[in-house]
Amino acid sequence: MASLKKRGAGRQLRGGKVTYAVLILFTVGSLFPLVWTAIAASRNNTRLAQTPPPFWFGGNLFKNLEIAWTDANMGTALINTLVVAGSITVGTVLFSTLAGFAFAKLRFRFRGVLLLLVIGTMMVPPQLSVVPLFMMVAEFGWTDQLQSVVLPTLVSAFGVFFMRQYLIEALPTELIEAARVDGASSFRLIWHVVFPAARPAMAVLGMLTFVMAWNDFFWPIIALTQGGEPTVQVALAGLGRGQIPDQSVIMAGALLGTLPLLIAFVLFGKQIVGGIMQGAVKG
Amino acid sequence: MTDIPSDTRAAAPSTGEEGAAPRARPATPLADPAAERRRARRSRRYRRDVKWSPYALVAPFFLFFLAFGLFPLLYTGWASLHRVELGTPTDMEWVGLRNFSRLLEDDFFWNALRNTFTIGVISTVPQLLMALGLAHLLHYRLRGSMFFRVAILTPYATSVAAATLVFVLMFSRTDHGMINWGLGLVGVDAVDWQNGDWTAQFAVSAIVIWRWTGYNALIYLAAMQAIPKDLYESAALDGASRWQQFRHVTVPSLRPTILFTCVVSTIGATQLFGEPLLFSQGASPTGGSDHQFQTLGLYLYEQGWFNQHLGRASAIAWTMFLILVLIGLLNWAISRWIRRDA
Repeated sequence: MASLKKRGAGRQLRGGKVTYAVLILFTVGSLFPLVWTAIAASRNNTRLAQTPPPFWFGGNLFKNLEIAWTDANMGTALINTLVVAGSITVGTVLFSTLAGFAFAKLRFRFRGVLLLLVIGTMMVPPQLSVVPLFMMVAEFGWTDQLQSVVLPTLVSAFGVFFMRQYLIEALPTELIEAARVDGASSFRLIWHVVFPAARPAMAVLGMLTFVMAWNDFFWPIIALTQGGEPTVQVALAGLGRGQIPDQSVIMAGALLGTLPLLIAFVLFGKQIVGGIMQGAVKG
Repeated sequence: MTDIPSDTRAAAPSTGEEGAAPRARPATPLADPAAERRRARRSRRYRRDVKWSPYALVAPFFLFFLAFGLFPLLYTGWASLHRVELGTPTDMEWVGLRNFSRLLEDDFFWNALRNTFTIGVISTVPQLLMALGLAHLLHYRLRGSMFFRVAILTPYATSVAAATLVFVLMFSRTDHGMINWGLGLVGVDAVDWQNGDWTAQFAVSAIVIWRWTGYNALIYLAAMQAIPKDLYESAALDGASRWQQFRHVTVPSLRPTILFTCVVSTIGATQLFGEPLLFSQGASPTGGSDHQFQTLGLYLYEQGWFNQHLGRASAIAWTMFLILVLIGLLNWAISRWIRRDA
C-alpha cells in the first residue's frame, strides 16, 4: 500500500480545510454570545424588542454602562469581587502550597489519613454545607459582609492535591536534604527552595482559583443580599430578578462583570490554556 | 549513623528522618561551655522544627477545612433531623426522619430529581461528544492553534450569571429573540422556550454546553498529546484508517480521562443551580411557571430560603449527596466492567 507511509501518524497530521471550517464554526459559536452582549449593551430597550435583532453596535454603550455601574451597583460589585477573588486566590495558593509540600515531601504521623481526608472531600458538593454555613454567618453577624464569602472558600482540597502532585516531581528530595544538611530552618527551606520550585504550579492554581472565585454563584447569593455588599454575580442575579427592566442595561451589567476576566484571557490566555491542560494530565 | 566531623556538628544533622541532631558530646574537651549550651539549644530547636513543621504546614488548611468544610458537612446531617426555621436558625426541634419522609412524598422533589437527570443528560452527553471531536481537530498540526484554544475557552471565563442573562435574551419568546429569529429564517415558528417542558430544559442545557465544551476539549487534548506516537504508527502499519485509529487507539487511551470528565460533569449536573435560577422569569426558584426546569439545587434553595425550612433543605442536601455517592459507585462498577471487557 502506497498510502501507508502517509497515513502513519509519526508526525502530527496537518489539519485540512474541513478541520479549519469546523474550528472556525466553534470559535464563532464560543465568541458570538459575548460579542452580542456588547452589541445589545450598545443599543436600547426598544431596539432589542424589534425584529430582526441588532447585529452591529449602536451608540448607547457608555450610557448603559454608566447606568449599570451606578444603578445596578456594578461599580461596588466589581471592587468587592476584586477583593474577594484576590483574597481567596492568595489564601488558596499559599495554604495549598504549604500543605501540598508537606504531603509531597515530608514524613509525619497521620500523613496518609489526612491526605485521604483531603482527597475524599474534593468532590463533596457545596450544597452539603450551605445550611450550617448560613447559620454560622448569621451567628457571627457576617451577613452582607465580604468575609462571609471569603473565609469559607479560603482553602481548597483540590489546590492541596494539585500542589502535592506537582511538587512530588518538580522538587527533588535531594535538594531538601541538602538544605537540611546545611541546617536550613523550615521557613528558609520553604522560602528559598519550595516556593521557587512551586512557582509555575502556583501561577496555574492562582489563575484557576481566581476565575472560579470570580464566578462563584451559589454561596454568595445566599450569604450576600443584593442591597449590602454584592459581588458581581450577586449584582447580576439582582439584574436577573428584574431590578432594572431595561434589557440593554442588563447586558451592559453582564458585560461589565465579564470584562475583567476577558481582558485577563486576552493577556494570559496561553498560560491559562496551558494550566488547564497541565492540570488535566496531573489530575 | 556515621560520625560527623566535629566542625560541622553544630548545624548539620545527618539525613535521618527525625533530623538527627549533632551529638551533645563535646567537640573538643576544651570547648567553652557557653558555646556548647548555645549549640545544644540550637540543635534542640532544629529537631523541634523538623518534627513539628509538617503539622504547622498543613494546619492552616485543616483549620479552615474543619471550620468551614467538615463541620458544616456533618452538621447538615444533624440539621436534617430537625425542624429549623430560616428566621430562628438556633431553635432546633427534633423531628427524626420526618424531613426525609416528607421529601419522598413531595411531587416537586421527584419532579426536580427527574429534571436534574434529564437536563444532566441533555447537557453532558452532547457536550462531551463535541469536546472529544473538537480535541481531535485541535490535535492536528494547525495554524493559529493557540488562538482556537483560547477562543473555545472564553465561555469558561464567562460567569453563569452573565452567560444566562445573555442566553435569556437570545432565547426570548417572541421572534425578536436571536434564536427564534434564526429559526424564522428557515421557516420554523417562534418557540416559547421558557414555558415549554423540553424547550426550557434544552435552553438551560445549551448554556451549560456553551460554557463547558471548550474546557473539556482542552482536557481531552492534553490527554491525546500524551498518547505515545508509536501506537498510531503500528496501527497505521496494520492498515487502520484514520477513523479506526481514532476508535481503537485514541478513545481507549483516553478512557481514564473520559471517565474523569464524566464524573466531574455528573457532579456539576447534579448541582446545577445558577442557570435554571436566572433562566426563569424574575429569577424565581421554582424553575419556571410549572416547575418544568426546577433542579434539585433550585428545589433546595426554594425550600430553605423561600419556604424557610432549613431542616428540609438539609435533608435535600444529604439526598443529593447520597445520589452522588450512588452515581460514583455506578461509575466505578461500569469502569471496572469496561476494563474487564477490554
